[in-house]
Amino acid sequence: MGLKRKDLLSLTVLSADDIMLILDTADSFKEVSGREIKKVPALRGKTVVNLFFEPSTRTRTSFELAAKRLSADVINFSPSSSSVVKGETLLDTARNIEAMQADIIVLRHSSAGAAETLARGVKSSVINAGDGWHEHPTQALLDLYTIRGRGMGFAGLRVAIVGDVAHSRVARSNIFALTKLGAEVRVVGPPTMMPLHIDQLGVRVYHNLDEALRGVHVIMMLRLQLERQGRALFPTIREYAWQFGLTSERVKLAEPGAIVMHPGPINRGVEIAPDVADSISSVILDQVANGVAVRMGILYLMSGTG
Amino acid sequence: MTNQPPAGKREERVVMDAGDIARALTRIAHEILERNKGIKDLALVGIRTGGVHLAHRLVRRIHEIEGTQIPIGELDITLYRDDLSLRKDQPILRRTSVPFKISDLKVVLVDDVLFTGRTIRAAMDGLIDLGRPAEIQLAVLVDRGHRQLPIKANYIGKNIPTSREEAIHVSLEENGEEDRVVILKA
Amino acid sequence: MAILIQGGHVIDPGRFNGVADVLIQDGKILAIGPTLAAPADATVIRAVGQLVVPGFVDLHVHFREPGFEYKETIQSGTAAAVAGGFTSVCAMPNTNPVNDNQSITEFMIDRARAAGNAHLYPIGAITKGSEGKELAEIGDLRRAGCVAISDDGRPVMNSLVMRRAMEYARAFDVPVVDHCEDLHLSEGGCMNEGLVSTELGLPGIPSAAEDVMVARNVSLAELTGARLHLAHISTAGSVRMVREAKSRGLKVTAEACPHHFTLTEELTRGYNTHAKMNPPLRTWQDVQAIKEGLRDGTIDVIATDHAPHATQEKQQEFTEAPFGIVGLETALSLTLALVEEGVLTIESAVEKLATAPAKAFSLDAGTLAVGAPADVAIVDPHAQWEVDPSRFRSKSRNTPFAGWKVKGRVTTTIVAGRVVFELEQPGRQA
Repeated sequence: MGLKRKDLLSLTVLSADDIMLILDTADSFKEVSGREIKKVPALRGKTVVNLFFEPSTRTRTSFELAAKRLSADVINFSPSSSSVVKGETLLDTARNIEAMQADIIVLRHSSAGAAETLARGVKSSVINAGDGWHEHPTQALLDLYTIRGRGMGFAGLRVAIVGDVAHSRVARSNIFALTKLGAEVRVVGPPTMMPLHIDQLGVRVYHNLDEALRGVHVIMMLRLQLERQGRALFPTIREYAWQFGLTSERVKLAEPGAIVMHPGPINRGVEIAPDVADSISSVILDQVANGVAVRMGILYLMSGTG
Repeated sequence: MTNQPPAGKREERVVMDAGDIARALTRIAHEILERNKGIKDLALVGIRTGGVHLAHRLVRRIHEIEGTQIPIGELDITLYRDDLSLRKDQPILRRTSVPFKISDLKVVLVDDVLFTGRTIRAAMDGLIDLGRPAEIQLAVLVDRGHRQLPIKANYIGKNIPTSREEAIHVSLEENGEEDRVVILKA
Repeated sequence: MAILIQGGHVIDPGRFNGVADVLIQDGKILAIGPTLAAPADATVIRAVGQLVVPGFVDLHVHFREPGFEYKETIQSGTAAAVAGGFTSVCAMPNTNPVNDNQSITEFMIDRARAAGNAHLYPIGAITKGSEGKELAEIGDLRRAGCVAISDDGRPVMNSLVMRRAMEYARAFDVPVVDHCEDLHLSEGGCMNEGLVSTELGLPGIPSAAEDVMVARNVSLAELTGARLHLAHISTAGSVRMVREAKSRGLKVTAEACPHHFTLTEELTRGYNTHAKMNPPLRTWQDVQAIKEGLRDGTIDVIATDHAPHATQEKQQEFTEAPFGIVGLETALSLTLALVEEGVLTIESAVEKLATAPAKAFSLDAGTLAVGAPADVAIVDPHAQWEVDPSRFRSKSRNTPFAGWKVKGRVTTTIVAGRVVFELEQPGRQA
């Protein structure tokens, strides 16, 4: 039983059964999160290190809460570029942390592949909490958990992922997992935000949001990195917003009962209209709540000594 | 922790048949009611997986006797196991479902086999995380001895002396088997 | 001091191909022929079953001195060269300071002379500090010993500056070498842009970043009449454009690196930093095009782009790790694999490693003609060996070929009539 792997780096290597095991395990922790005493002793004596090279308050907090609710000891380590000794590599930093007997290292890094590089170099389990544009496996798993929690199955599910797919680790992880589970995935955005040969990953590419939304069950909005304006990906936020911003009118194009997701933090009025973000179709806050349960599940499954 | 599934050709000896199990559960139901002077503030919680079906049967018998349904919950003790940090591979979790407030209730934990007592220790910790019961009692179908913790059942279907090498298997209709308890020789 | 190489299969592309003895005296090739008599003081090298070929000429190495001696020095770099059969190497100017003036050029040549391994020919910078703005003193660089000019990894983006460099270089008949990369198109990229970069989430370098600069450079060569040498071409598009340029009689030569005809972008999976080089490893189709270019003569030269980096630099995250791999000690085996595959004949392989590069930069090298400098490599084409970076002469170990079982190995290297390298062979009597 169990995941039988040291690390969680990418969803490409997980089987559909592995993914379902994680979601089922998260169910148990959802129950724990609903208790008055939201704590179980499962990871007593284990040490979880949150190693965040990129600031991300919400992901770090979610992991921290998850680890603490499992009774693990949690250390937050956020080496800013100034405090990392010059010349010290990621591996050096991690080995130092490992010497403190960390059982699990949760890594957030701006460089794609950093988690894999780290995992090769340390004996601790490594959980990828986002590496560059590559993957953000726990975010996708909590998205899947949220979808399933709304009573939706994955086979035949139509999902539109909208925005800057090229630079989105959330998009990649979701694409890998959803296609594996038999969902129909549509990616939507201007061609400048679609990576080369994305269609070969088994998704359909759209450049028109209205067309893409027709008949979908799930609308997954990506955060627009506003600083990319002026880098020739799109001319202005204004033009982007009218082309790819989700309005309540557009939500009506989707299947009745379709849900709207966003990994946060949202740019209100840019990729998502404020009334949509706050509407009943929005499950954005469920995603946040589910994040803790899913991460508890992952930490639990990764905490074997194997 | 208490029992193992029957293995291929191991020699087995039936120690309780369907009739024995039924009579034992009926007796336990009566004992529970007698000890607690009825069903006031009483709840049953079955320990996953072996105790859950037995707890349901006990609740049905109590309903037959008293005409009232008492609250019933299901407890997964995995997260409270004392060997969790030593395992290579983490066991699969089953959901805990105790859909009522246990604070100030008299909670009877129900399990199939009482052996080392470690499961019951974990179950008590799990239960207390859900609230502060007025009392925790323990009902088991079989007590096979070999306790490693100072734990004692309040209600016992049958005491069955065993050697440590033997295994006890409780099979139940709810799992598509016939009701019986067997000892599997080492 | 004489050396007689007996009984080897002598290949001097375009001149000689057969079993013969080679007699070397006073640093020159004295004679080639059947059963030559050895002078009394001659060292005799038995080469039966081996190839006797002109020492290889590498138009593209980075020896890191001055400035980055922890990666490589001229001493260690030239030692690696002769271990790989290279007797002449052309060192790129991206040292610190940049080789944009006579004193750096002279320093490099002096260092190589002191090391006493291979001949070293510096390549001077095109622009001062390789900043792409003002022309370096190309005439002075030429006079000091530079054999070509290039801003290599920091290619001249301003097309007017490049035009002027090509025009100016004509006066000295010095080839202009360009690393073809549009730095805007490639900005931030660290591998080939394609399906693999999409899956790995790594910023990509499109083929077009190379192709547009090849197109520009070919146009400017046509405009100016300059000798253009295209460094390490890696794309099918580049091959196509070079082929077309040559068919129109332009003075364009091109080189390809062993890794670009051996490996594809697939090697990048797992974020293997030894698969990170610039130009990046491309697709299977590109590899096929490079091989076809080598086969049909579009690509004249095999060069290594030997780019040593320290282990800790390559242990960084993929996006942070520097581009480049060492190549001098594996180039021969990888080229011979093309012979095995039928892409090249053994003679054309030697031509691309020795004769053609010497010709491209007008070096007095790359031939066994009587009277030529006695730069010779003796190669056992059947020797099987496993690439073990810990045994490299280079200071650096950054190769994707570690653990590869390859065939063909240099057993002896002679530079200017002096044995500078002999393979230690277990079991062989000294």
